[in-house]
Amino acid sequence: MQATNILILILGLGAFAFFLGRGRSLALAKPLGGIRKLHSLPSYYGLHAAMWCSLPPLFLLAMWMMFDDPLINSIVVESVADEIAPTDAASYNLLLNKISNLADGILPRKGESAVLIAAADHMEALRVISRWSLTALMLTLSGLGLLWGWSRISASFRARPVVEKVMQNILLACACLAIFTTVGIVLSVLFESIQFFRSVPIFDFVFGLEWSPQTAIREDQVGSSGSFGAVPLFVGTLLVSAVAMVVAVPVGLMSAIYLAEYASKSVRTYAKPALEILAGIPTVVYGFFAALTVAPFLRDLGASFGLSVSSESALAAGGVMGVMIIPFISSLADDVITAVPQSMRDGSLAMGATHSETVRRVIIPAALPGIVGGVMLAISRAIGETMIVVMAAGMAAKLTANPLESVTTVTVQIVTLLTGDQEFDSPKTLAAFALGLMLFTVTLLLNIFALHIVKKYREQYD
Amino acid sequence: MTQAATAEKKNPAKKTVAKAVNSLDVSDHQATVGKNFADNAKMTMRNVNVFYDDKQAIHDVSVDIAKNEVIAMIGPSGCGKSTFLRSLNRMNDTVDICRVEGQICMDGEDLYSPKLDVVELRARVGMVFQKPNPFPKSIYENVAYGPKIHGLADTRVDLDEIVENSLRKAGLWEEVKERLHQAGTGLSGGQQQRLCIARAIAVSPEVILMDEPCSALDPIATAKIEELIEELSQNFTIAIVTHSMQQAARVSHRTAYFHLGRLIEVNPTEQVFTMPEHQLTEAYITGRFG
Ligand SMILES: Nc1ncnc2c1ncn2[C@@H]1O[C@H](COP(=O)(O)OP(=O)(O)OP(=O)(O)O)[C@@H](O)[C@H]1O
Ligand SMILES: [Mg+2]
Repeated sequence: MQATNILILILGLGAFAFFLGRGRSLALAKPLGGIRKLHSLPSYYGLHAAMWCSLPPLFLLAMWMMFDDPLINSIVVESVADEIAPTDAASYNLLLNKISNLADGILPRKGESAVLIAAADHMEALRVISRWSLTALMLTLSGLGLLWGWSRISASFRARPVVEKVMQNILLACACLAIFTTVGIVLSVLFESIQFFRSVPIFDFVFGLEWSPQTAIREDQVGSSGSFGAVPLFVGTLLVSAVAMVVAVPVGLMSAIYLAEYASKSVRTYAKPALEILAGIPTVVYGFFAALTVAPFLRDLGASFGLSVSSESALAAGGVMGVMIIPFISSLADDVITAVPQSMRDGSLAMGATHSETVRRVIIPAALPGIVGGVMLAISRAIGETMIVVMAAGMAAKLTANPLESVTTVTVQIVTLLTGDQEFDSPKTLAAFALGLMLFTVTLLLNIFALHIVKKYREQYD
Repeated sequence: MTQAATAEKKNPAKKTVAKAVNSLDVSDHQATVGKNFADNAKMTMRNVNVFYDDKQAIHDVSVDIAKNEVIAMIGPSGCGKSTFLRSLNRMNDTVDICRVEGQICMDGEDLYSPKLDVVELRARVGMVFQKPNPFPKSIYENVAYGPKIHGLADTRVDLDEIVENSLRKAGLWEEVKERLHQAGTGLSGGQQQRLCIARAIAVSPEVILMDEPCSALDPIATAKIEELIEELSQNFTIAIVTHSMQQAARVSHRTAYFHLGRLIEVNPTEQVFTMPEHQLTEAYITGRFG
């Protein structure tokens, strides 16, 4: 049976066990004088039975799925080792793929050697055995669990703490899964980066001033020496982010001040969600808005002043990105400004300060750490933003601080390095991992810094 | 009058008095008894009504506050003392639903006339709140706040002098002169409250309103602030709300008793606490309710 079918079956059995357990506890309670005579509520007995019925088989399923493929593979390859012994990892994988495809009927069997066909049949047979034994085992386990859970039910059995404990462990497992996934991603990026740094020295990468990741496919090719200096990319990223922040910080902050301090309740109820819609627009929409509307407009505007603005400019990309980021800043700043205690405002107003003096001299300073935290989060968002810059910032890795020119960013280069046909172990591809790692490090540091500031802020009024 | 009712239950001996208090319907009450008008009035209030939406919190209050006097406001919780106090420097403006009717004047100038500059008014009528609320700035900046926004000091030296004088008057200078540039929020509760008083007097107001300034303080800090109020009364006019009748008796020249939004009695403090004119005042100060 297919794994998904088994899964559904087991969950169904679990539900069945729940009703069975609950029913039995209710039946037990009746002669005793109501469910108050039971230690736990009937649903706890039901849950207890359901857990025994479905969790062990599910655990078995997970283990089985992890180990049965490698096991079958090694058995099959072992059996053909006499005829075709794989010499290295690559040919081993190739052989396995071939056998597996033959077994699944993806490759036509005609014309293949008898050894391979035999191996494929062998594999197929092993897989069938594995599947059926898994099904049988799971159903047995499930049935045994159901029986055990059902037999445990009695008026004095403490089902509630058991269920509570199991629930807690399930939650823990989910949390661990999320953390391990993150760690896994970081580690894989890290390993690939280390591989990259074997061919390109880390110093050249971090401090190099030139970025042209063209590596030779053949030894004698012209222009084959790729250079992987990441500085122009990070400068481009910084430039675009800086433009974005120049747009987003003042506008976001001032709209937050207006919403928190001046707007009437009815304006607030409509204006705040309207601002937050900006955050809900897909970035690709911002991207073509930047590329097709803003960039040509800026170019024409520049031309009328006698400035040459490139048709893909840091200004266009950064400006549009800034608009996208406004709601981040405004909604975070709005929260911290409204969190400033009313007594602070009263104190200032009672001194004869005007409303705007109160905002400038008391409220903003009091809320500043929180605002800075919000700005930090927005910056890491800007640095990681991809779609807008891919569409509007350009591809040329130029080392410039002029926002009217076209620049490229780290994220754009990662995209271009990895799209299209690539060799997966060339420095060109691996460079993407190194860039990713650096980007990740930078945003992580920014986030830690931001969290630190936000935390410090929290302590202030408690 | 549920408080009276519970008092009645607890103490049957006082039953008759409580009955008498109960039978006295406050809404029948016409005028404030006692000496609510003064010859040398700093502030005058005539027929003041204050509403929160349609709920009336102050009913027809007329009273004068004389120059350089300390007037204490007492009364059961929720009777409108804070509301009354806040209408004297128009802090009620910050509450959207609040509406003030009647006439409130300072030195003959109508505080609620459209021509009046609220900012200037609040510089002339300072306020100290129940909970100390120093700004999250340094001690120096807290005191310098008012002088800076009102342009009272032309030079840094002038400003230093104002800060020092205010802190001295508030009795805080000796304690903080070594750490003027540390955060004002780092002081103890009593010190913070004196810092707020220093902040209020730094702009040399004519009147200082205090809303239960000692309710968050221990007896020692309270004693210091009471001493301070006595000193301040030489130069300032002070209106103070308090829940402590001992405090009212110690610091004030006149005492006003509020009950359910009405001003029941205003008299020299000594008289209020020895032979009150009104039954409700007597019931309150002898602890029969409130
Ligand atoms: N912002 C407000 N909105 C609506 N009603 C209010 C508001 N502030 C006060 N009130 C009402 O006005 C009345 C008087 O309140 P006020 O705060 O003046 O009482 P108080 O005498 O100062 O009481 P306490 O001694 O407890 O401080 C109360 O009934 C209160 O519920
Ligand atoms: Mg009050």
